[in-house]
Amino acid sequence: MSAHAQHGPTLKTFFGVFAGLIILTAITVFISYVELGPLNPIVALVIATCKALLVVLFFMELRWSPHITMIVVFSAICFLLILLGLTMSDYLTRIWGTYGIK
Amino acid sequence: MHSSQQTAVHALRHHFADMEQQHETVSMGMWLFLVTEIMFFGGMFCAYLVYRVAYYNAWVAGSQQMNILLGAVNTAVLICSSVTMVLAVHFAKLGNRRLLIIFLVATMALGVVFLGVKAVEYHEHWAAHEVPGPNFNFHETGNFDPRHVQIFFSLYFAMTGMHALHMIIGIGVLAWLTLRAVRGQFTEHYNSPVEMTGLYWHFVDVVWIYLFPLLYLISHKHMLT
Repeated sequence: MSAHAQHGPTLKTFFGVFAGLIILTAITVFISYVELGPLNPIVALVIATCKALLVVLFFMELRWSPHITMIVVFSAICFLLILLGLTMSDYLTRIWGTYGIK
Repeated sequence: MHSSQQTAVHALRHHFADMEQQHETVSMGMWLFLVTEIMFFGGMFCAYLVYRVAYYNAWVAGSQQMNILLGAVNTAVLICSSVTMVLAVHFAKLGNRRLLIIFLVATMALGVVFLGVKAVEYHEHWAAHEVPGPNFNFHETGNFDPRHVQIFFSLYFAMTGMHALHMIIGIGVLAWLTLRAVRGQFTEHYNSPVEMTGLYWHFVDVVWIYLFPLLYLISHKHMLT
């Protein structure tokens, strides 16, 4: 249980993550000016998820947290996906093919 | 008894076995609160998704009114504030009171800058009659219903407004922490409030990390169908 107490992030880790976050922000802004069709939202969300992972794992120190905390965070993501997934499976299947076409 | 040991004993509540257990419990409680926050913001992200799919053209038209430059600047400001927050926690754990106070104040200052830029953006939308309500008057026409653009702006103001409210609350908590730090109430043994506020602050940063692309970026180059 106390194994994580000996390990932890260093100042070097923080500045590395900071550089990563700024670079990813620059990339996502740059890509938004390029027409990629349906790929625009996908690329933007993948980059956002990379940024979120950097913040959660290193700034929020989830990487050095007990496993029980990781399970809590993982279950939160699952519930969010259930919320989005079940809602969309409802809306997208209401009167096949008419939703969203306008 | 050694004075730092005394502090440690004072910081330990009687129903915990040791500081380690107390710290893990406090941390778990904070994470569980953040889980409820994920679901709270998740509801709004879900509404965004449902309406984006339903009223795609209105969504494209609405999101192209966003000021990407100000949004990007604010993203950078928020990332910087997360770094100063992380440094505040780092120096709290080392028991360095002076640097703890400096970085708490820096985090608050960056939070205020973020809110200031947000206020400029809100004013731009206000001046362009893009605030939902009786004065809403969308200046562009196309293959969309302006009422649907109004739904986009309603969600824009709801999501960024709730995010800004979280920032305001965060700045208030940081002010309280700064006061306590000035009074010398945090030591290398007792600094959980600083660490837990850090978790909250980073969570608010993560929310913005998703708001920025969804509201500003993903439809910037898309054409109306």
